[in-house]
Amino acid sequence: MAITSIKNLKEFSTNNDRFEGAHTLCPGCAHSMIVRELMNCTDDNLVISANTGCLEVSTAVYPFTSWDTSWIHIGFENAATSVSASQVMHKVRKKKGTLKDNDAAVKFVAFGGDGSTFDIGFQWLSGAFERQHDFTYICLDNENYANTGGQRSSATPIGATTSTSVAGTHSYGKKEKKKDIVSIMAAHGSPYVAQLSPNKWKMMAKGFQKALETEGPCFINTVSPCCTEWKFEPKDTIEITDLATDSLMFPMYEIVDGHELNILYRPKNILPVEDYLGAQGRYKHLFKPEYKHIIEKIQSDIDTDWARLQRREEARV
Amino acid sequence: MAVEFEVNKREVWDGNYAASQALRQADVDVVVAYPITPSTPIVENYGSYVGNGYIDGEFIMVESEHAAMSGCIGASASGGRVATATSSQGFALMVEVLYQASGMRLPIILNVVNRALAAPLNVRGDHADMYLGRDSGWIQFAAFNAQEAYDLALMAFRVAEHHDVRLPTMIHQDGFITSHTAQNVYPLSNEVAAKFVGVIDPIDDMLDFSKPVTYGAQTEEDWHFEHKAKQHKAIIDSVPVIDAIFAEFKELSGREYKRIESYDMEDADVCVIGLGTTVESARVAAKEMRAEGVKAGVVAIRCFRPFPYEELRTVLENCKSIAVTDRSSPGGAMGAFYNEVAAAMMTSQSRPLVTNYIYGLGGRDISIENLKEIFKEQQANADAGYITTDIQQFTNLRGPKLSFFKTDRS
Repeated sequence: MAITSIKNLKEFSTNNDRFEGAHTLCPGCAHSMIVRELMNCTDDNLVISANTGCLEVSTAVYPFTSWDTSWIHIGFENAATSVSASQVMHKVRKKKGTLKDNDAAVKFVAFGGDGSTFDIGFQWLSGAFERQHDFTYICLDNENYANTGGQRSSATPIGATTSTSVAGTHSYGKKEKKKDIVSIMAAHGSPYVAQLSPNKWKMMAKGFQKALETEGPCFINTVSPCCTEWKFEPKDTIEITDLATDSLMFPMYEIVDGHELNILYRPKNILPVEDYLGAQGRYKHLFKPEYKHIIEKIQSDIDTDWARLQRREEARV
Repeated sequence: MAVEFEVNKREVWDGNYAASQALRQADVDVVVAYPITPSTPIVENYGSYVGNGYIDGEFIMVESEHAAMSGCIGASASGGRVATATSSQGFALMVEVLYQASGMRLPIILNVVNRALAAPLNVRGDHADMYLGRDSGWIQFAAFNAQEAYDLALMAFRVAEHHDVRLPTMIHQDGFITSHTAQNVYPLSNEVAAKFVGVIDPIDDMLDFSKPVTYGAQTEEDWHFEHKAKQHKAIIDSVPVIDAIFAEFKELSGREYKRIESYDMEDADVCVIGLGTTVESARVAAKEMRAEGVKAGVVAIRCFRPFPYEELRTVLENCKSIAVTDRSSPGGAMGAFYNEVAAAMMTSQSRPLVTNYIYGLGGRDISIENLKEIFKEQQANADAGYITTDIQQFTNLRGPKLSFFKTDRS
């Protein structure tokens, strides 16, 4: 059986991880939770690639490695390409019988941050999806170039201050809306795309399993709160994630075969976005009277997007 | 099982076709490529061999050359045999990942059909792309005709995949002049070629799950230097392996290869050093000069990296004046090849005169007459005992003569 049942938290804590706890990610970083969930949700062998970014620089600093599985990092942009070419080589070698263990089950997974996924690596990602390779791409979306000191990416939401979209007397921070990467990847004809969040960890594990089971290129955008650049206490990571999903700043949903949209989580009490924004230093300036209209805009965008998602779910188109 | 592709004892192939036949005979598992003139037919042909069952591999046509080399790295780290081809702008786009391939010690084979770098845009052959890769940590072989493009492509797999080497390797041929000119080529039979190239024995195979590997780790000032030094040493240490494989190939085919080729150098007073198709022209020019009483010779660099400094010094020991030809825009300095040769001769006892000729950019012809003119200038230098011209000259260029860098006599 390739896919394991979903472990409970106790099993998780005693699990023999293929992703070691020893790494140099910031305390409170959600990346390691997401990666560990992925690696815990299957018993298959894994070939993992990573784009340059926080995850990569924190888990493979010579002479150490946190990865007890096949792992490759080339550059900032090409994790989708390296792992998909590995998948093709696997196919060829399996056919020729030249693998060390020809029957070993294997899954191919690429990790990228939002900078490498939405921006610099987008061409490589798009190309690999167009070629329909059988792999899963997971974006660890912390909405900025955290590894290089918090510059804006095209995943940074409107109104956030970053080191290259600085809020001040003449600016409310980033001017542009976040790129809708999930729709873009669904439009590639991907059989499975989803947006998931580590606070709903069982749902996340199920989504990962679905992606790994589905043949073809699958894409998952995961919310990964960054205490360093979002400016909150490391102990509050999951609370921030709760606010993100319950304010619908990060709705959790999946799109199957490009059209079948399913909302995965409907908050019982939808929180006002102020609750989410107010918990983070990067939005602090928005609470000044002159930038109040930006909060209103963010709220109205959320409402519009939520209505759109629900209409799409109903319409199945 | 692949369908047998028939090859005759003698074929009429151009350089591209010859290189692609080497990929087929070497049973390359995966080619990841993006097309670019003039190298496109190499990977197109591989694709057609896959499409017609002549090879049991996979052809991945990606969305850029950067992705092509990225895919080659992923595939090569997964333990199989990998090759691709490119030229010019495509090569330039690959450069970031060329360094990654060599740093990870992956035996990828890259056929480079040399072409000028824009701007201005130009599809013809010069060596600008080849020079761009010279510090990338790859072994670089230069083929001067289609036969050599084939032979070196086969030998490259042996060198690159050898456990004492484990370095990616390029085979260069001149755009259009070699790549698109049909010539007689004497291929090995499929059986003999397959036996010669052998089966890849991977090290640090990502698909061997009994031994997980981490590729592409980070090192800072604590370890980076040691890694790069080791990589440099590996390139230098590839020399005996290259020589042994050249010798083995000679036994098999009767065709002899050396890291540095020399023609009529035993008693030469003057010589031209070059690589690529110009070598054959220079040999013709040297013969004509000899008929005119000039003791002219030609030296050609077969192995651009690792550069054969010591062998070069030996070959040029008794030569009085040397013309180093560079087919790449030097950008405010001497040609790169000139610098290598001058560095080698700086440590010689004889300290011959060394001059630099920039020629043939963007596919501009260099004629026998041009080359004879160069030989004559070298003879004048040899007779005078000093360099009688500026040190660097442009050859066969429109307009007034262009030359740079004075000697201490001028």
